[in-house]
Amino acid sequence: MSVPAIEIKQLTLSFSKYVALDNINLSIEENSFITIVGPNGAGKSTLLKVILGIITPTIGEVLLYGKPLQSISPKDIGYVPQIKTLDRTFPALPIELVATGIKGSWIGRLNKSEYKKALEALEQVGAKHLERRPLNKLSGGELQRVYLARAVVREPKLLILDEPATGIDYIGETDIYKIIDEYQNTKGATVLMVTHDWDAAYHHADFILLMNRSLICFEKPDKAFSEACLRQTFGHVGHKHDMLFGEHSHD
Amino acid sequence: MIDALSLAFIQRAIIAGIFVGFLGSYYGVFIVQRNMSFMGSGLAHAAFGGVALGILLQYEPLWVAVPFTILVAILITWLKEKTRLGVDTSIGVLFAVSVALGIIFLSLKRNYTADAFSYLFGSILAVQVVDLYFTLFVVVLTIATFFRYWQRWAYATFDSELAKTDRLPVVRDDYVLSILIAVTIVVSVKLVGIILISSFLVIPAATARLLSKTFRSMTFFSVIIGISSSIIGLYFSFALDLPTGAAIIIIQTILFLLGIAFDKILKSN
Repeated sequence: MSVPAIEIKQLTLSFSKYVALDNINLSIEENSFITIVGPNGAGKSTLLKVILGIITPTIGEVLLYGKPLQSISPKDIGYVPQIKTLDRTFPALPIELVATGIKGSWIGRLNKSEYKKALEALEQVGAKHLERRPLNKLSGGELQRVYLARAVVREPKLLILDEPATGIDYIGETDIYKIIDEYQNTKGATVLMVTHDWDAAYHHADFILLMNRSLICFEKPDKAFSEACLRQTFGHVGHKHDMLFGEHSHD
Repeated sequence: MIDALSLAFIQRAIIAGIFVGFLGSYYGVFIVQRNMSFMGSGLAHAAFGGVALGILLQYEPLWVAVPFTILVAILITWLKEKTRLGVDTSIGVLFAVSVALGIIFLSLKRNYTADAFSYLFGSILAVQVVDLYFTLFVVVLTIATFFRYWQRWAYATFDSELAKTDRLPVVRDDYVLSILIAVTIVVSVKLVGIILISSFLVIPAATARLLSKTFRSMTFFSVIIGISSSIIGLYFSFALDLPTGAAIIIIQTILFLLGIAFDKILKSN
């Protein structure tokens, strides 16, 4: 039996009396594509940050490939943060941002091999032409591609994405998911992605995790979007459910 | 002016100007990009508290100001990390406390006025050989830490969470940066003065930002602007008998306005 890519045991995160994550237990197999879905404030991004070690949990532990996070090389994890957190006043070029994925630090001057590798990663995500365009001049979709290049350049075993297609047009969104799917298939990586897009979650994930501070359902897509799971997570089913599964699906 | 270069105090002022111009503009790029421009002002006023305590205790004021300002810098960083307060609020509180303490310390000393004013506004005449050695020490420390810390500070400045995912000790590095900025401010006090010192940390870096596409070039341009404006400002300070700190800042401001013009021209093309 293979070791789970991610194993979360009795994880609770609280700030004073506010419980952001409540007793989460979860095991994610290697080479699977998991999407996390839940309402705003459900703790989805917070859960990713705990897995990444940015936030320390109050109780519980996270194991990656059977080991504590500190025993895993940071290069085994590729992370695509929400682009809305980006400081657009920072003077930087896409090639430099991708290079942070290679070095794990900001690089003043790239050597030939770093430059070549970063350029290849940009090409992989269809953003080679953006190489030297300042970050503050990139559109949301272009920026997402650059962040994705930064994550895949280190060829991680685990790819963690926080709303990687937010604010992108339909074509751009399809491209992003195609790149993620291709990466997972060619590298055998495990993908963990937060999204508000039920459609993307339904069509790309092997399993969907519905949460609202605690874990509510962790099922295959058709079961995860059942009326019971959705009501428990969101308080209602929503019109998107009808769009995806037909108006009478919850009869 | 050539004759003036043979005067020891002018030589000291030029060397101090180059050192202080370098230090302020180098650390300034991190201060500007982290939106902590108020920090320079806050720590300068903390230095005032330290200087006042030094005057009261009849020790060399800068020797007292160094630990006092470092303590305030550590407290600012600690409050930022451990509380829900914004960094500007933390600086604002400690700024006020330091000035209040400074005023109390000076009020306890009856004949303080001349000493205190030289620290408030800075003076070429105030720079002594011992100050130069101390400033040189901070310059050497800065160059030594450059190779270890520039990349890490740059990464954390861009996105501290990304830096944390790559296991950089972001919080510890922030403390190191704050302490070095505090020491830089204290050693700059004699030349520039407490009131104007924050400009040294902000204007060259802000000008460099207008000229740069990368953080590396921003750092380079900032240092060039910081050093050159110090030298030109010192020249005009001496030639026109103007206060040193104010003269340097006017030069920095002229370069900043040229930077804005350059940026506009670049955008219009």
